[in-house]
Formats: sequence, C-alpha cells, structure tokens
Amino acid sequence: MSAELARELQAAQAAQETPRAASLRVRLVLVLGPLTALIGLAWALVQPYRLTLLHPHGQGFWWLLSEPPLYVVLAGVFFRLLIAPSLVEDLQSEELG
Amino acid sequence: MIPHAEFVHWWFATGFLLLGLFLLAEVVVGPEVWNRRPWRRYLWPGLCFLLGVLMWPVMTFYTNSTIHMIAHGSWAQALMLAGGAELGVARGKLHSQYWRLLSSLGLAVSGAAFLIHEQQHWLFSRAAFLHHTLGWTLLVAAVFPLLQAFRPRSLTAATGFATTFVVMAVLLYCDRDTAEIFGHISQFAGVPHR
Repeated sequence: MSAELARELQAAQAAQETPRAASLRVRLVLVLGPLTALIGLAWALVQPYRLTLLHPHGQGFWWLLSEPPLYVVLAGVFFRLLIAPSLVEDLQSEELG
Repeated sequence: MIPHAEFVHWWFATGFLLLGLFLLAEVVVGPEVWNRRPWRRYLWPGLCFLLGVLMWPVMTFYTNSTIHMIAHGSWAQALMLAGGAELGVARGKLHSQYWRLLSSLGLAVSGAAFLIHEQQHWLFSRAAFLHHTLGWTLLVAAVFPLLQAFRPRSLTAATGFATTFVVMAVLLYCDRDTAEIFGHISQFAGVPHR
C-alpha cells in the first residue's frame, strides 16, 4: 500500500516538475528581447554622446541615421514583438501536448 | 556621399545581434519547436545569406586596396555559401548534417578576412584592435559549427555558435574608426572620432 502511494506521489511530483522546467524556457524566450532592449538603454545612458539625435545640430545624414544604442533597443523590441509570441505559443502547445 | 566604415560596422552588428538572438532562442526552445513554423526555419539562414549579399556593396564601395577587395569579396561568398546551404537544409532539399561544415568555413574565412585586411598592429587604433580581436574570435569560434556537423545535438556547440554572433555584434558596435584603445592611438592614425 505504501509503495503504491509512493509511486503516485512520484508521478504527481514528475507532472509538477515538467511544466515548471518548461515554463522556465518560456520565461527565457520572453526575457531575451526586453533584456536586449534594456542593455541598449543602459548603453545610451552610459554613452549619451553615441546618440547624435540628442545633439543633432551640425550633424550629417549618416551621423543622424547611425544610432547604435537605439539599434540594440530596436533589435530587442523586434524580437519581443515579432518572434517571441509565436515561439511561446508553440512551446506551450508542445508542453501541453 | 559614402557613410563612414564604422557606420557599416554598426549596421552589420545589428544584423549579427538578430542572428544571435534567433540562434539563442532556438537553443532555448529546441530545434523541434523552432522548426514548427516554416517561416522561422528560414529566418537565420535567410539573414545570413542577406548579410553575404550586402557584403558585395561593401566590397564595391570600400575598396581601399586589393587586399580589402579580396577580403570583402571572399567574405561575401563565404556568408552566402553558408546561408545558402542552411536554406537548402531548411527547405528539405539538402539532408546531410555535414552541410553545417560550410558555416564553420564561413566563420573561418570571415576571421581570416578580418586578420588579413587589417594591416596595422593591435594598438594602432580601436578599429585595428577590434579587427584583430574579431579575427581571432571568429577563427576560434569556427570550432562550434564544426562540432555541430559531427554532433548536431550538442548543446554546448549550439550555444557557442549562437553566442559567437552576439560577441561579434558587441565588438562591431565598439568600432569607432580612429578612436583610441586602452589610451593608445598611433600618431599616424588620424583625428580621433566620437
């Protein structure tokens, strides 16, 4: 009787552990974009002179177009809005099914 | 009016950052989930191929010397070859796992191109330092896709391959042409930029 109970407990524990591990993957996918954007933002704060938009007077077209910290933020936003949602959806359907 | 070389480096850095994010996400979710949607399968090989195509205008407009032309040209071909092979695998036209060897070749050629076309020493300027660093980084990183060709399920190899592109993006973003590096700049390097 006790062996049967232990087996049931083990099965219940395993069932709980699987979604926990999988949700970690979901969280990792969801954090990739915002983390990248945050790094870009931190870079902009540390080196504001890399953003010519903050002091545009006398800057040429290419200098105004080239804003590396903003590129990093945009890459993070792009990933979070266009790649992550469908990836999380597929990951969750794999976990359930 | 042609943009400065560092601007082009920053644009390519953004492309490599996206490549790195795609590959890192694939490592996290696994290839089965990543390949579930057909458009996602083409994402990183397509971007790699596109970066190869975009190297041609770089070759055309930034040919300071014969060695620059050869470096950029061979680089464009290597990136297109690696991207094209991966596109073939994604489409299902190519089946062998050994096509990943072309990615290894792509990284090795890119690393060699960085080293060969930088004619100054490490501490000449920041651009010179970064060219040396990028070159050696890519030459070492070529081992990851090489490993993947023989062990396609290796998590270490996949993570290393993905991280390579992120590191490459960081190094390319650091490029500021004739800016000093560790307080050094050669008197022949020119006026430091921002």
